Amino acid sequence: MGDHHHGPAKGLSRWLFTTNHKDIGTMYLWFSFAMFILGGAFAMIIRAELFQPGMQLVEPAFFNQMTTLHGLVMVFGAIMPSFVGLANWMIPMMIGAPDMALPRMNNWSFWILPPAFLILASTLFMEGGAPAFGWTFYAPLSTTYAPPSVTFFIFSIHVLGMSSIMGAINIIATVMNMRAPGMTYMKMPLFVWTWLITAFLLVAVMPVLAGAVTMMLMDIHFGTSFFSAAGGGDPVLFQHVFWFFGHPEVYIIILPAFGVVSQIIPTFARKPLFGYDSMVYATASIAFLSFIVWAHHMYTVGMPVAGELFFMYATMLIAVPTGVKVFNWVTTMWRGAMTFETPMLFCMGFLVLFTIGGFTGLMLSIAPADFQYHDSYFVVAHFHYVMVAGAVFSMSAAVYYWLPKWCGKMYSETMGKTHFWISFIGFNITFFPQHFVGLAGMPRRIPDYALQFADFNMMSSIGAFIYGASQILFLYNVIATIVSGKPTDKEKVWEGAEGLEWTVATPAPYHTFERPPAVR
Amino acid sequence: MLKVSRNPVVDTVAKLVVTAVAMFAFVFVVMVPLYNVLCDALGINGKTSGEAYTSVQAGVDETRMVTIQFVATNNEGMPWEFGPSVNSMKVHPGASNDTVFHASNPLPDAMVAQAIPSISPSRAAAYFHKTECFCFNQQPLDGESSAEMPLQFIVDRDLPQDIHTITLSYTIFDVTDMVRGAVAAR
Repeated sequence: MGDHHHGPAKGLSRWLFTTNHKDIGTMYLWFSFAMFILGGAFAMIIRAELFQPGMQLVEPAFFNQMTTLHGLVMVFGAIMPSFVGLANWMIPMMIGAPDMALPRMNNWSFWILPPAFLILASTLFMEGGAPAFGWTFYAPLSTTYAPPSVTFFIFSIHVLGMSSIMGAINIIATVMNMRAPGMTYMKMPLFVWTWLITAFLLVAVMPVLAGAVTMMLMDIHFGTSFFSAAGGGDPVLFQHVFWFFGHPEVYIIILPAFGVVSQIIPTFARKPLFGYDSMVYATASIAFLSFIVWAHHMYTVGMPVAGELFFMYATMLIAVPTGVKVFNWVTTMWRGAMTFETPMLFCMGFLVLFTIGGFTGLMLSIAPADFQYHDSYFVVAHFHYVMVAGAVFSMSAAVYYWLPKWCGKMYSETMGKTHFWISFIGFNITFFPQHFVGLAGMPRRIPDYALQFADFNMMSSIGAFIYGASQILFLYNVIATIVSGKPTDKEKVWEGAEGLEWTVATPAPYHTFERPPAVR
Repeated sequence: MLKVSRNPVVDTVAKLVVTAVAMFAFVFVVMVPLYNVLCDALGINGKTSGEAYTSVQAGVDETRMVTIQFVATNNEGMPWEFGPSVNSMKVHPGASNDTVFHASNPLPDAMVAQAIPSISPSRAAAYFHKTECFCFNQQPLDGESSAEMPLQFIVDRDLPQDIHTITLSYTIFDVTDMVRGAVAAR
């Protein structure tokens, strides 16, 4: 056996051929940030068009391409890979493992992602334009009426789906087999727990998404009629298959965010997490329930009343484990010796705004009320409260929290707090008014709107530009920290932090835990 | 190492790969057939059985009248003239009834059409039995010709008492390309 204590290879080949979990985590994080900027640019075009009523800047067909690509890039390119990157960096360090269980597959699962998104982005320059059928790509919009580029879209979904499945398999294999001696399941940090459950969701539903796009491919090119009524198929079947994937998918996005928040709040409240066991069971319950609520996305397709009732009650049931989690986070802070560094601010922002998103979710779960809310800006406001203020805020918190451990430099607290407050204010100016225009009847995914919605839409657009600009500040903060941050070599960067990742040197060496640590 | 032990990581990965493949297969072998079976059995989406009804009803319920309305719609781009010969009829549950739909092809070329039925209220779908229907088969028609398409049906005696009107809607699709195996115009 050779010498294990070597550093990284030099130059480009380090990144191309690396099997190091920290390198791959870093690449995932940078890639997801690039996609976040790209998806954000699409959102800015949407908001610029909606700044005033009437057709302002872009053609309606291009507007539809923007809403579609914004959703696809943000969900599959920004949020999911960012949490996979975080898992790569942190899970081995949190469970005392030297690396991921399958380092070569880890390299592969990252490197097939950029080509997938290159293919997706290239559809913008194809004849007929990019996919314009919404990120939910309902048939027959995405089959009979789709632009020719839909075939490239299908291929790109297949590739990124494979990447997600490989990443998930790697995480499960790591957590189940590579824990340090003494690290029992019920001693694992909550971030590891939430990711373990998320990975099982991914293995279960990403193949369903692959099945859905495969059926589209066959309908378009091979003469089958899965979704075509003329040949005996049914377009509504598409919605069932899609949301059977789609609802677990939203928990795939939010559960790792729950894990991050469960790591950070105890640190800055200087108290252990309240109700660790109940957090684990709540996460598992949410994961289970996610499989039996999918049709609440399609109350208006004409389901039997019994079906509407079942999906309504099952959906409302999710509020129970989610409520347990919010209760536990608040109780962790109760009478804690709290300080408000940037990661904590983002977590508290998460807590407040995610809870608002949860409440609007409860409103949407009520089948009779949903007939009014369906496909309106109320839905847009709801899922941006849980996706942006939920997933993206917690991701920002995670970056500020672990960045000193990753690079051995402290970020500027002033700049971090500035980023938080501009994000928080910009986010709320963007999305809070959308609740009102939605309830008043403004439909989503339309490039024009009735005059009475003009003021709130202008507010939304101004907020979106503020929020977008604050992410440039985020990029600046991260680069400034890496280049010229104040060096730190404290193993425990945060006074109240607990966990194995805080027992290794700062910055984290290229190889950690080559000998398993002792877990008390 | 002397003892050859199975690598637990390989075990875990094997199980997960099998799960992923099984979930992919699940979409095709379970979700799609199950959806169709449930729709047929429960009349979801107003779907009716695609096969002729062959059972015998236990006599006609003369005490009750149900109004059957016929609706015909052309799917986008379908040039045929298509419609029922009567817009509605009153029938007794249990009795066998006949009507015809007209179709004519105004174009010079031969075409093939497929009519897709739907029942409203969808609750009634399970009680509306077709013993003969043009929708069971595709309908070829030469250029500039027309046809009478027969429909024979029985309303079930067990139709819920609160249903007085059933609407039977047909949408007619141009399936000429599909039949010829050609890839749709793209």
